[in-house]
Amino acid sequence: MRERQPAVNVSFDGVEYEGLLGESVLECARRNGVAIPSLCFLEGLTVWGGCRICVVEVAEGHRLRPACATQVAADMEIKIETPRLRAYRKSVLELLFAEGNHVCAVCVSNGNCELQDMAVHCGMDHVRYDYQSPAREVDASHPKYVFDPNRCILCTRCVRVCDEIEGAHVWDIRHRGQQAELITEMNKPWGESLSCTWCGKCVAVCPTGSLAYQGSAIGEMEHDPVMIKRLAVARNRGEWLDPKGVS
Amino acid sequence: MAAPIDLHEVMEREREERFRTRWRVKACSSTACLSAGAGATIKAVEDLVEREDMALEVQVIPTGCMGLCSAGPLVRMMRRGGDESDYQKVTPEAAIEIVRSHVLDEQPVPEYELDVTMPFFTSQERVVLANGGVINPDRIESYVAHGGYQALEKALTTMKPKQVIEQIRLSRIRGRGGAGYPVASKWGLLASAPGKTKYVVANGDEGDPGAYMDRTIMEDDPHRVIEGIAIAAYATGASEAYIYVRAEYPRAIERLDRAIRVARRNRLLGRKILDTNFNLSVEVRIGAGAFVCGEETALLASIEGLRGTPRLRPPYPTEKGLWGAPTMINNVETLANIAPIIDRGGEWFASLGTEKSTGTKVFALAGDITNTGLIEVPMGTSLREIVADIGGGVPNGKEFKAAQTGGPSGGCIPAKFLDTSVDYDSLRELGSIMGSGGLIVMDEDVKMPDVAKYFMEFSMDESCGKCTPCRAGTVQMHSLLQRLTEGNGSKQDLRDLEHLCSVVRDTSLCGLGQAAPNPVISTLQYFRSEYEALIHEEEVVHA
Repeated sequence: MRERQPAVNVSFDGVEYEGLLGESVLECARRNGVAIPSLCFLEGLTVWGGCRICVVEVAEGHRLRPACATQVAADMEIKIETPRLRAYRKSVLELLFAEGNHVCAVCVSNGNCELQDMAVHCGMDHVRYDYQSPAREVDASHPKYVFDPNRCILCTRCVRVCDEIEGAHVWDIRHRGQQAELITEMNKPWGESLSCTWCGKCVAVCPTGSLAYQGSAIGEMEHDPVMIKRLAVARNRGEWLDPKGVS
Repeated sequence: MAAPIDLHEVMEREREERFRTRWRVKACSSTACLSAGAGATIKAVEDLVEREDMALEVQVIPTGCMGLCSAGPLVRMMRRGGDESDYQKVTPEAAIEIVRSHVLDEQPVPEYELDVTMPFFTSQERVVLANGGVINPDRIESYVAHGGYQALEKALTTMKPKQVIEQIRLSRIRGRGGAGYPVASKWGLLASAPGKTKYVVANGDEGDPGAYMDRTIMEDDPHRVIEGIAIAAYATGASEAYIYVRAEYPRAIERLDRAIRVARRNRLLGRKILDTNFNLSVEVRIGAGAFVCGEETALLASIEGLRGTPRLRPPYPTEKGLWGAPTMINNVETLANIAPIIDRGGEWFASLGTEKSTGTKVFALAGDITNTGLIEVPMGTSLREIVADIGGGVPNGKEFKAAQTGGPSGGCIPAKFLDTSVDYDSLRELGSIMGSGGLIVMDEDVKMPDVAKYFMEFSMDESCGKCTPCRAGTVQMHSLLQRLTEGNGSKQDLRDLEHLCSVVRDTSLCGLGQAAPNPVISTLQYFRSEYEALIHEEEVVHA
């Protein structure tokens, strides 16, 4: 069992909660049942802090902080649902929708998609910005899985899970800025990868329909990101969490 | 183990060497002059000396930057114990004429003469660039003869690390890389960090368009950078150091590499430096062509051989840096200031500049200005003095419109603020930043939305792609600016642009993303009418 960390007072949008020193603002919120939208964060993997959906206002100073990477401190006053933050989250989501080719109506993950859920949660009903409509090729060379970069939001969950949990490091990112893209091995087709163990963890954690099982039809693909938390807990603490008890 | 260099003996020897010949020809061999043809000029003089058997009369010394790059190649004729004459735009033919005229007839050549009484030269205060145009960057003896490594010797033999940091604290020097963080605080953090292995890193990944202060320092005075690093390492307890230089600076890399080898051979680096118990190894690391690697956490990732992307802070590098060990990153220009501070004391340094921005700052003057080149002025010098006096004003009778400082992270300062004191805080108040020292002057013909679009394109291309607002936000801002500057924009586009400025500024992960909207924000602040004039059609209401 983990040792109990010292407790401190924190507040989310003016309501007081108990925070534990050493945990992040996001962990603290989740433990207390307070919703902070997030995308790239996944319990069990290292913190990435790239999607910027989970930025919150911490009363001291005006600079926004990513909840996933900010440690709880005593008497922290955290704001989540301010007009400014709502507007920013919406904009960041719109930027994600505009940069890839996210067409829910033809997507394997329609109805089971974290990006879609996030858009609904944040009230994003249209995209103000120019669709980039990039030309990206689907990699269906793997016998079990398909990678559709059109739906990728570069959250790097697959990169992290493959490196940190499976230990294979098949995935990585190449290029930078708007050219940044996921690759398998040294940009070889996934099906030719010698390091891929076919474990499927990358598919399990993908928040969108970018990674899916071969043969999935529209709306059929269901991911299982919680599996990673169970694996991480099993490895770090030597105990199996009840699959039903994990939220 | 060879004996360490005897600084005083080298100094003596160099003094004799200096007066060996009646004439010394100093020729600028910095990058700007070389691209203007200084290589051929130097060769012509060397050939002449050999052909006409002048070796006992004349020695040719290639030096670092003399400053006025727009007038290159620059040559200085120095008579033993006597006058100096400076020449500009010296072609090989002109060089032969000048050397002959001086050596044979004792006559200057007015045709090419450079007026060194003009404000460009007289209004400067050279601390960092003191050796520019004076020493031969490839010879450690030349650096030593002008006081080089005295500060290191003084620190190692007469001062405790704490006393070194105390002098830095007294100098109140702030980081020259852009953010202006107090240097002594950073040194103090590293000194008090636990652990045996600590690193000092010199950031030479200068990438702002038009800026070349750090390149010049590394190329023209590599030993000064090394001396600064050694003093920093001694003060903070570090035993390993890296100089991170962008790959586009091959001459800086070559000269630093050579300087490190020579310094090691002379026991100024390596084990038991100057016979003390201080050890330090220094290595050059070459960047791979990404602007973002100037950001300190991305720079560290790049040194480790990883993708050059920033990571979240805290932990700050002074807690967890290279390979998890405490690491301090200082800009090259900051480190070049260290030896003079130790030499002459922190209080002397603090007497230069303003209360909150002490010392001098090197600027690269570029754009619509008569004298383009590298200048060094005390902090707090007015923008007007820099542009009108030192820079010689805007050419072709045009009006000054704005000065851009801080590169893609900075902003534009309009004419009405010409009397602003150039220091960290005043520039920040005006919505710009000091940055690393790029200063681009723009005349009345420049359209500010175009300037904003140019810098946005730069930030878009250089975004590492890790965080959404910088990766995708800069693309959208660029496309909005594109539409506006083409005359196809709407009022809604302008509103979207302003909103995106806030989104990207407030939500981006690292300083580059957070600062990427600055050129748009500052031009909107001071030149809003230019944006509004671009909108012709009736307002389009987006569904």
